[in-house]
Amino acid sequence: MEVKEALLLYRSMYRIRRFEETCYELYLSGKIPGMSPHLYIGEEAVAASVCFFLNQDDYIVSTHRGHGHCLAKGAKMDRMMAEIMGKETGYCRGRGGSMHIADVTTGNLGANGIVGAGLPIAAGAALSAVYRGTDQIAVCFFGDAAINQGTFHETANLAAVMNLPLLLVCENNQYGLSTPIKKTCPTLRLSDKACGYGIEHQTVDGMDVEVSFSAAKEVVTYVRKMRKPYLIEFVTYRFLGHGASDNRSYRTREEEAEWRKRCPVKNFREKMVLHYRIDPKEIDTIEKEIESEISQALTFAEESPYPSPQTVMENLFAATGGSE
Amino acid sequence: MNQITYREAIRLALDEEMARDDRVFIIGEDVGLFGGAMAVTKGLYQKYGPKRVIDTPISESAIIGAALGAALTGLRPVAEIMFIDFVGVCMDQIFNQVAKVRYMLGGQVEVPLVIRTQGGAGKGYAAQHSQSLEAWFCHIPGLKVVMPSNPRDARGLLKSAIREPNPIIFIEHKLLYNEKGEVPEEEELIPIGKAKVKREGKDLTIASHSRQVLFSLAAAEKLYQDYRIDCEVIDLVTLSPLDEETVFNSVRKTKHLLTVEEGYENCGIGAEVISRVTTKAFDYLARPPLRLAFPNCPIPFSKVLESAVLPDEKKIVEAVRKVLSY
Repeated sequence: MEVKEALLLYRSMYRIRRFEETCYELYLSGKIPGMSPHLYIGEEAVAASVCFFLNQDDYIVSTHRGHGHCLAKGAKMDRMMAEIMGKETGYCRGRGGSMHIADVTTGNLGANGIVGAGLPIAAGAALSAVYRGTDQIAVCFFGDAAINQGTFHETANLAAVMNLPLLLVCENNQYGLSTPIKKTCPTLRLSDKACGYGIEHQTVDGMDVEVSFSAAKEVVTYVRKMRKPYLIEFVTYRFLGHGASDNRSYRTREEEAEWRKRCPVKNFREKMVLHYRIDPKEIDTIEKEIESEISQALTFAEESPYPSPQTVMENLFAATGGSE
Repeated sequence: MNQITYREAIRLALDEEMARDDRVFIIGEDVGLFGGAMAVTKGLYQKYGPKRVIDTPISESAIIGAALGAALTGLRPVAEIMFIDFVGVCMDQIFNQVAKVRYMLGGQVEVPLVIRTQGGAGKGYAAQHSQSLEAWFCHIPGLKVVMPSNPRDARGLLKSAIREPNPIIFIEHKLLYNEKGEVPEEEELIPIGKAKVKREGKDLTIASHSRQVLFSLAAAEKLYQDYRIDCEVIDLVTLSPLDEETVFNSVRKTKHLLTVEEGYENCGIGAEVISRVTTKAFDYLARPPLRLAFPNCPIPFSKVLESAVLPDEKKIVEAVRKVLSY
């Protein structure tokens, strides 16, 4: 990794980390209505690495734990924060919230509240790229638990038989809500599921930023050049619970402490100084810029109006004849 | 005007729209070289090739999800689900994804997607290949549900559906495919969301859709010949959004209402039509309305059992006389 790449990657990860920490505080203080947000803290290296190698017009399809994907693909913090607070200025005009957040202009076709539901949609975006003869690719992020849904298998099979440029990114954070993946999946490596479909695959350490970064580069390049699907599993960990309100009774604090030692953001910051010889002041500057982005986003979101109740039926349908 | 079958009319609409717009493609099971389980897409693979007529694995969720992903990224897919009974395996993609994505994203996207499927009983296909599940889709906000009863409507409505920026559930009837009717030689687009008065009458309104419109019209003739009862027959055509004004206008005149459908009676289309009439046009009714539907029973295989419960001309005649004799 080059120094300038390291700086960009760190910026992307730190941006996600601080956004999610802010969401957590907001949730605890009662400023985020509805279901407790599903936070991405601990998994930042995955979204940041994969999206690093994507073009603006490549597609991603995200999950209920989707803030990180949305940010890494290029969404603005202020409109995301407004969406999470249910404001009119949010990306989805307050109709979607945390679980359906997306900025379509950056190629994000949506987060999803149904585990595994994004997989075939991503295949369709990949099919569309082939149909239109572009070099775009589609990336589907999904969790470990989604690998047991029928949609994973239908999608992997379809992508393989149709040679779709689809990157399947399995974020194995060890738990499907409370249930450890070891209890629900008989294979040690989730990426082994690709064997039955003849799809190239690998499992990498998603807590190691450099490993994640080089693997992401390799697999994005493969999918773009070969016009074939690829399954990559990132072994990672969500530091917080399933949602911000989850007390994590199903796992030990010792286990969490072990994983926290492998924090991608903290460890990579140290490595940037020691290994890449980056001046800590330069890192401080990045962090300050992000703090300022956060505080501006908070002000924007808090000062933004809620949607007018009179607009509740808007956007159910597009105007007939509009785009035709 | 050309005399063509309902099947040919649907194929014509697909052919015309594929020729007109290269973003339009077909995706589904056995739709390619084989031409579809109901032979609707026959010849289109030969004409447009495998890129635009895509055979898939038997993976209904993947078919609908892939069609949705394509619709969100600049294409106009027409996905085929071979039997409406199979929607159970891809219902999440239809009701949580296709129907809601535009609303959930605050209007950031359009979803120009048609899901073609076919239903209906009367062929002895038993409980998992004969259902009329249109009411399911009407229950979900974000879908438009269209059910043509004749070749001309089928062609004109499907063309409109393909040009819509919204998801359309386009439900054909397996016993209409061989029905012939006149279809204009020139292009015709029939608007979605409009019911049609198929026969004018002054004594009672029959609100129906799909194949039951044919039975309703036959029953209306019989009622007039035998009893001088003059029925108005409405083809609802689009079930969601429902053209309630056309029904209200008719009931204002006839004061009596019968709904006829092949779907299950509980929470069906008849229930919705009658609810709207009784809540919004109650004062025009002279007597209680009645719904004729499939009883709340799985569709039986044996012909004698199936025809015992499937609405038909004779049952409609009896139901009309029942409404008028209260």
